[in-house]
Amino acid sequence: MPGMSVEVMRGLIARRKRWDIIFSIIGLFAMLGGVVTLVALIAAMAIDGLPRISWDFFTSFPSRHAAKAGILSAWVGTTLVMMVTVLSAVPLGVAAGVYLEEYATKNWMTDLIEINVTNLAGVPSIVYGLLALGLFVYQLDLGQSILAAGLTLAILILPVVIVATREAIRSIPGTIREGAFALGATKWQTVSQHVLPYSTAGILTGVIIGLSRAIGETAPLITIGALTYIAFLPDTPFKGEFPYVSFDWLTSAFTVMPIQMFNWVSRPQEEFHYNAAAAGLVLIVMTLIMNALAIYIRYHFRKRIKW
Amino acid sequence: MSENAMDLLKSEAKNLNFYYGEYQALKNINLTVAEKRITALIGPSGCGKSTFLRCFNRMHDLYPGNRYDGQITLYPDDVNILNPKIDPIEVRMRIGMVFQKPNPFPKTIYENVAYGLRVRGISNRRKLDEKVEKALCGAALWNEVKDRLNSLAFNLSGGQQQRLCIARALATDPEMMLFDEPTSALDPIATASIEELIAQLKEQVTILIVTHNMQQAARVSDYTAFMHMGEVVEFADTNTIFTNPSQKRTEDYITGRYG
Repeated sequence: MPGMSVEVMRGLIARRKRWDIIFSIIGLFAMLGGVVTLVALIAAMAIDGLPRISWDFFTSFPSRHAAKAGILSAWVGTTLVMMVTVLSAVPLGVAAGVYLEEYATKNWMTDLIEINVTNLAGVPSIVYGLLALGLFVYQLDLGQSILAAGLTLAILILPVVIVATREAIRSIPGTIREGAFALGATKWQTVSQHVLPYSTAGILTGVIIGLSRAIGETAPLITIGALTYIAFLPDTPFKGEFPYVSFDWLTSAFTVMPIQMFNWVSRPQEEFHYNAAAAGLVLIVMTLIMNALAIYIRYHFRKRIKW
Repeated sequence: MSENAMDLLKSEAKNLNFYYGEYQALKNINLTVAEKRITALIGPSGCGKSTFLRCFNRMHDLYPGNRYDGQITLYPDDVNILNPKIDPIEVRMRIGMVFQKPNPFPKTIYENVAYGLRVRGISNRRKLDEKVEKALCGAALWNEVKDRLNSLAFNLSGGQQQRLCIARALATDPEMMLFDEPTSALDPIATASIEELIAQLKEQVTILIVTHNMQQAARVSDYTAFMHMGEVVEFADTNTIFTNPSQKRTEDYITGRYG
């Protein structure tokens, strides 16, 4: 027999369970506070911006007349800059992650590098902007170009890509690696035929998370000299005549979505604020699409892999 | 059951010591592995039997701080596979391994078996097909998977996955196969089929198996070594070890007094 009567026990349980209820109420309000604010922000932007969204909005350059202004140069700029970012951050970041995880000997040096890489992910983006201004724009003489912007955002997301790569690699069980080595595979065969393919989902997720951060960055791009008013498109990468591809667009001046938004918001006229809201909506949708892609990729690849 | 005099030697460990950093895990081990026979390593957890097994394919080279001392000779070419000048990859191409937990790659059944062949540069489809079929037959899995070679290996049951891993090791015609407690993650029925398979495999390959299931050692092996605290306490033909051990510690372990 327990040392207390059943009545006393029930009273005790009821009192203790009161905290369950109290906390669930506090938690609910905390959650609502966050979600409602976010929804309200997006709703307010949608109300202001939706009426402005039309085909013309995507195919027009910015203009002095709010009603005629569009985001053509901004979304093209964002897309091209992101392309440069992906093409430079992914090979660099994945290679660095693979090296640190599979090749580097574990000692205080690699520990130090690991701590630094993780910390770099938290460095304010304006600092990267300053670094890029000195290194890419002046030192390497890339100018205020798409190439310089893409590389700037690439070093910004590099830590994210490296950390994601390492975590994805670490989640592969050691027995799988040993299985490959036991069959006589070299380190490179093991990395390229097992480690990388099995960690693709994790790496891509990290890349997309990095990109959705990069796509909204304004400060570092303003620092390196992105323009706020661009009424022309960069040279097209594909040509009708030989050699069919051209890299002139890399050196072109550019603007990107968040800078275009910033520009419109800072205008005194109310109409431009609606344009900014509409551009904000487009940017959010772009980010959502990227995140949806990340979720799909994770789901698609994980289906094949059960450790 | 086996006539020692008639058995050829496939491999031999001589004065083998092994260290994980400062810790000495194997102490002066001497043991012979007879060709096309099954040699079992038994002993309580932590006695060093898996550590010893993993010396045979230089698995310890994958991790820093490990050190071998002494030799393991592989016949007929009389080469010391622990010699640092011998590339561990060469050793692993000659000696296959099956692990404790089935570890198929997240690839198709076909690609799992073909992997060792691809590593060796074989890419001719007909040759691969032929070798994959032969290996799967050898691992008594062909009939169960021949209609779904392109489905993922993870869809197989645990016992089938382990037979797939055996087929994977078998596909490259190794001279010797190492089994590291190959049935410890399997149910009794799957265990029985793996044991049966291992017993058959000795027709074509030399086998060294670690097991902590004594009945398994008694059932499948020709020779048994009892290991304790990093040493080989007793090594003899399986019959002798289980019916008439000469060492008190062996007898205590076999009769279940400890371990």
